[in-house]
Amino acid sequence: MIEMQGVQKSFGPKVVLRSVDLTVPRGESMVIIGGSGTGKSVLLKCILGLIQPDGGLISLDGQDVRTAPRDAFLARFGMLFQGGALFDSLPVWQNVAFRLLRGSLKRPQEEARAIAIAKLRRVGLGPDVADLFPAELSGGMQKRVGLARAIAAEPGIIFFDEPTTGLDPIMAGVINDLIREIVVEMGATAMTITHDMTSVRAIADRVAMLHDGRVQWTGTIAEMDETPDPYVQQFIHGRAEGPIAALR
Amino acid sequence: MIARALAALGRPALGTLAALGRGGIFAGSALSHLLRPPFYAREFWLSCIQIGWLSLPVVGLTALFTGAALALQIYAGSARFSAESVVPSITAIGMVRELGPVLGGLMVAARVASSIAAEIGTMKVTEQIDALVTLSTHPMKYLTVPRMLAATLCVPVLVGIGDVIGIMGGWMVGTGRLGFNSATYMKNTWEYLEFWDVGSGLVKGAAFGFIVALTGCYYGMNSGRGAQGVGRATKSAVVAASIAILAANYLLTEVFFAA
Repeated sequence: MIEMQGVQKSFGPKVVLRSVDLTVPRGESMVIIGGSGTGKSVLLKCILGLIQPDGGLISLDGQDVRTAPRDAFLARFGMLFQGGALFDSLPVWQNVAFRLLRGSLKRPQEEARAIAIAKLRRVGLGPDVADLFPAELSGGMQKRVGLARAIAAEPGIIFFDEPTTGLDPIMAGVINDLIREIVVEMGATAMTITHDMTSVRAIADRVAMLHDGRVQWTGTIAEMDETPDPYVQQFIHGRAEGPIAALR
Repeated sequence: MIARALAALGRPALGTLAALGRGGIFAGSALSHLLRPPFYAREFWLSCIQIGWLSLPVVGLTALFTGAALALQIYAGSARFSAESVVPSITAIGMVRELGPVLGGLMVAARVASSIAAEIGTMKVTEQIDALVTLSTHPMKYLTVPRMLAATLCVPVLVGIGDVIGIMGGWMVGTGRLGFNSATYMKNTWEYLEFWDVGSGLVKGAAFGFIVALTGCYYGMNSGRGAQGVGRATKSAVVAASIAILAANYLLTEVFFAA
């Protein structure tokens, strides 16, 4: 279970997270929505320790993430970055098997390659892609490779940062379905940040809306459609008029 | 008015000191990681090829033309005192002590510091550095340490090869244009060259290699966002590496050769 209590983060005078309280139970798929610049990515990076929060507490299964042994802590996570963040200098299979080729999870090269090819197959890519370099792939293929890398070491927690940004609707649908299938299949805890309401409906068990540095609302998809919260209603229907625009 | 003038002077001075401090902390951190496992051998060898092997043509050509021009200049100067016979020895000493390491270092700075800063800067803006961290790999160990080690070991080798090519450049001009006898030229070259002349140049090369990799990695890791941020990081890396090489050259020359 991931638990955040009063998490704060500012960059200079700009306050991004005022006080975020959020709990993600084990095995749940939580999707965080919110306008651009509301700190969704910052929140994920605070959990992973890529950004140090200014205040508050983040714990994983009851342990403060700041005091958790770093390697063992990170080994529990997989992350799909917005742009894929594939390593240009490595072929696709070495990107996917990166964690399996070094560190505490190191395997023999042949075994790591076999796992990478199996994971590529799981995201719908053939073994012929394994020896290509990331620059030779389309945006959709890069996302799939990023997804294969995120699940290669079978982590218990997977983060997805804007998984469908920049993809056409069909490819976005494919990625959404893959994420849902993989999360259910692996029984993983998932946190996804997105603006894409189709993704929200495809991926989420629960939704949290971040606004003005706080969690404005949380609930299930069904509750999201029914809630009278004007912020949520404005966001999910993409209305220009409403409290969010008024505050900007 | 006076306060404003002092502030105008103090701000850049404080900024420079802060930048030096950040660079020092970065260097200290890189050195501490150098001594602790894990070590990434593949990254080290790839860096040796990028920094050492692929810099050989540019360093070699620089040394060749520099050695040739140096021989011509020394001939023109020494002819005023009827001391043309010093051309081989002064050319060799000038190459191995100063011009070989300094020009080699500057050429490597232009080629390597820029490429390291651009590569790491691009990795930063495309979240590849964050991805490394989430994959339990320390960016300092994976990106900085192999490049610093490779540059510190490869640049002295480049300088050594550049010294030989530079002396050959002088020999070509000496025998082809200035009328020196080939055997006499080579004899005069080796006779007056001392071990420390060459050794000091190689030590300088190692220091310059360290500076090149350090500045490239530092500016890459601290690159701003977008193409402009990476461009600025690349430019700053080359400028900082070049100035640091020239300053370090003076300091090392003081240490090695001051009477």
